Amino acid sequence: MLTALLANLSPLVSHRGWPSVAVDVDTWREIGTALREGRFELLAEWGETAAVRCVLYQPSSGAIYLVTLAAEAGAVPSLAQFHAPALRLERAISDLFALRFIGLPDQRPWLDHGRWPMRHPLAAEYPMPSPAAADRATPSPEVNYPFLPTRGSGLHQIPVGPVHAGIIEPGHFRITASGETVVRLEARLGYVHRGVEQLLIGRSIENAARIAARVSGDSTVAYSLAFARAVERALQFDPPPRARWLRAIMGELERLANHLGDIGAICNDASFALLHAECAILREATLRACAQAFGHRLMMDRVIPGGVTTDLNGSTIEVIQALTQRLRSQFPELIELYENTASLQDRTVGAGVLTPALAAQFAAGGYIGRASGRAFDARLALPYAPYDELPIVAPVRREGDVNARVWIRILEVQESLRWLEAALDALPRGLIQVSLPTTAPSTALEATTMVEGFRGDVLAHVRIGPALVIERCHLRDPSWFQWPLLEAAIYGNIVADFPLCNKSFNCSYAGQDM
Amino acid sequence: MRPWLTQLLQLALVLVLAPWLTGLTRTFKSRLMRRVGPPPLQPYRDLVKLLRKETVVADNASWLFRAAPYLIFAVTWVAAALVPTFCTGLTFSAAADLIVIVALLGTARFFLALAGLDVGTSFGGIGASREMMFASLAEPAMLMVVFTVSLFAGSTQLSYVSAYMLSTHAGLSISLALALVALIIVSLAENARIPVDNPATHLELTMVHEAMVLEYSGRHLALIEAAASLKLLLYLSLIACVFTPWGTAEVDAGAWAYGLGLAAYLLKLIAGASLLAVSETATAKMRVFRVPEFLGVALMLGLLGAILLFVSRLS
Repeated sequence: MLTALLANLSPLVSHRGWPSVAVDVDTWREIGTALREGRFELLAEWGETAAVRCVLYQPSSGAIYLVTLAAEAGAVPSLAQFHAPALRLERAISDLFALRFIGLPDQRPWLDHGRWPMRHPLAAEYPMPSPAAADRATPSPEVNYPFLPTRGSGLHQIPVGPVHAGIIEPGHFRITASGETVVRLEARLGYVHRGVEQLLIGRSIENAARIAARVSGDSTVAYSLAFARAVERALQFDPPPRARWLRAIMGELERLANHLGDIGAICNDASFALLHAECAILREATLRACAQAFGHRLMMDRVIPGGVTTDLNGSTIEVIQALTQRLRSQFPELIELYENTASLQDRTVGAGVLTPALAAQFAAGGYIGRASGRAFDARLALPYAPYDELPIVAPVRREGDVNARVWIRILEVQESLRWLEAALDALPRGLIQVSLPTTAPSTALEATTMVEGFRGDVLAHVRIGPALVIERCHLRDPSWFQWPLLEAAIYGNIVADFPLCNKSFNCSYAGQDM
Repeated sequence: MRPWLTQLLQLALVLVLAPWLTGLTRTFKSRLMRRVGPPPLQPYRDLVKLLRKETVVADNASWLFRAAPYLIFAVTWVAAALVPTFCTGLTFSAAADLIVIVALLGTARFFLALAGLDVGTSFGGIGASREMMFASLAEPAMLMVVFTVSLFAGSTQLSYVSAYMLSTHAGLSISLALALVALIIVSLAENARIPVDNPATHLELTMVHEAMVLEYSGRHLALIEAAASLKLLLYLSLIACVFTPWGTAEVDAGAWAYGLGLAAYLLKLIAGASLLAVSETATAKMRVFRVPEFLGVALMLGLLGAILLFVSRLS
């Protein structure tokens, strides 16, 4: 019913790609109901000066919609009152924009910790990033942040972070425990909010691409790719075929490096340092091969709108082939070690179970969703070149425990190796870059895309103004829908298993905090 | 050499060797993971560094928090000096036996747990509660081992036990084997080693021993680190003294025998450190609630050893 409704609405002409419709308040509420009933998945929700937008995905048909609702007197109905996964997104939107969500179940701020020099930093008219005078004058109010209550006898709270003992990003975790058993975990994030969305406004496309590449350093290729594809789609031009293949090769190399690092780090959190050391060696080999082949260990700024900056030649292709051969010969031994170490299996099997129902409700992407039965992979569901020509297989498990998340990573490493080898053989010849169109569009043009990073689907939305500058850009990290699930997965586990479960999720702080 | 002089030598020796043993274990572990790792002398440098650093104490810390490191260090040092290392028949032997060692270590643990609770941080509380949960099984298991060994040798005095083991009366015994396994399990737990605790972890939520000492710094931390090293040395020395007493010198033997005893002792420590490194590399840490089962095994083995010995004596 809603599908028909959305299909019949006249699409916004400025949006390129996915169908984009403007809806009224009643349809917006109906969307909320459809989300609650699981007919649609919410893939993103973000704010504009006087509107909210969300991306809906229908798993049964593969249909995807960008929906826009104009705010009436600065207020919109909350989707979170129907659909919990929208909660943190809407809290973040009301921190950044002067928008009120009617019926928002949780009124606490999310990104605004009361330490900003201004309120609602994005509540301004585009394209200039200057907040409204009233907001600019008022520093954000001191925040009293009550954590969610727990009741019961003998409960005690353990505050962890935001500064941790290891070299990781900042985030606060409030654990309420009964003895060793976790009764409630609540995360408080936003400590690495850098105002990325504001930084992007008014930038040239080249400049904005460099910022987009730095949202979450471990996913820099995925972010660059998402941003570049959105720009290319908005301006309606295509990068050369060779560039698309090179982009995907970089993406798979990024996946390899991160998965290898994660597998080792998860084992290290179970105090099995041997696998950590061995995986670190393979991760380092991958990063060095990337540095040799593309001139940067993380391949930062190698993917740009219009193509890629670095080409592969015969010798650098051999470097990557040597890497895949080395991984093929050494990685299976590590899997065997993982499988045959009973003490390690005892820690990972059955720990931190995420149920398939929750994974589906939150539209959890990446290894978290695929370890809990949600088969979604942007490379398959919304295929983009070259995965349409050379398909990739996304492994799925249903157990949803730490072991399943390790196994999804193991299988993805193997699949990426297979795909990389085939891609290097099939790499088309030609240019690697075309220049951006220089003729200014008559109106603002926008597009939304999604790519699969190692952690899950990264969504990018851009609107390019007539002067060929970014009017608005929203980058949605997969972690937005994964962090809340960690709180569910840890329930009933013991306090000492939290680091292990957390590492198996390995959500991004920087990507979520923006 | 006079016994009191030997005892003094022993006091100095354990203090000097303990950080080296800790460092040696770390070096072996690093090598097993294909890392260069710190040199075995690194813990000395760490101790010197900590002694030079400012000692920061929480505002709400009581006298207990300040006194505990000295107490823990002193008690552990004395306990370590009671175990014959390179020679038997020390001056303190007559006064101090296995049960005294267990009691001294129990005292140190008691004060460490109190200090962990004293400043009222959540990690200190978690560490102290886990430590006490483990100790409630580790201590009886240790006593069972003590009983088995004493029953076997006919004395709780370590010098006597060591001499008895060397003599022809000893021979092989099932009970001793059970006691050895139990003692190894207790040693791993008492020294906060994998699979019970991870001395190298940075994850506060998984810590046991480290969680209790998180608030310590400067010279306080140096003393606690030194005490932890002494404890590891003590347990390794204990296993060496009871189960591999070969080479240990008699108290009135000459310098040559002393030298031989020392060489044998060092070899045993190196062997112990390498075995510990291998076992720590090959296993992951247990879930917290599995540790009581693990220690329960030690307790049962100790008990079984003692009962078997009784039954065989009766029949």
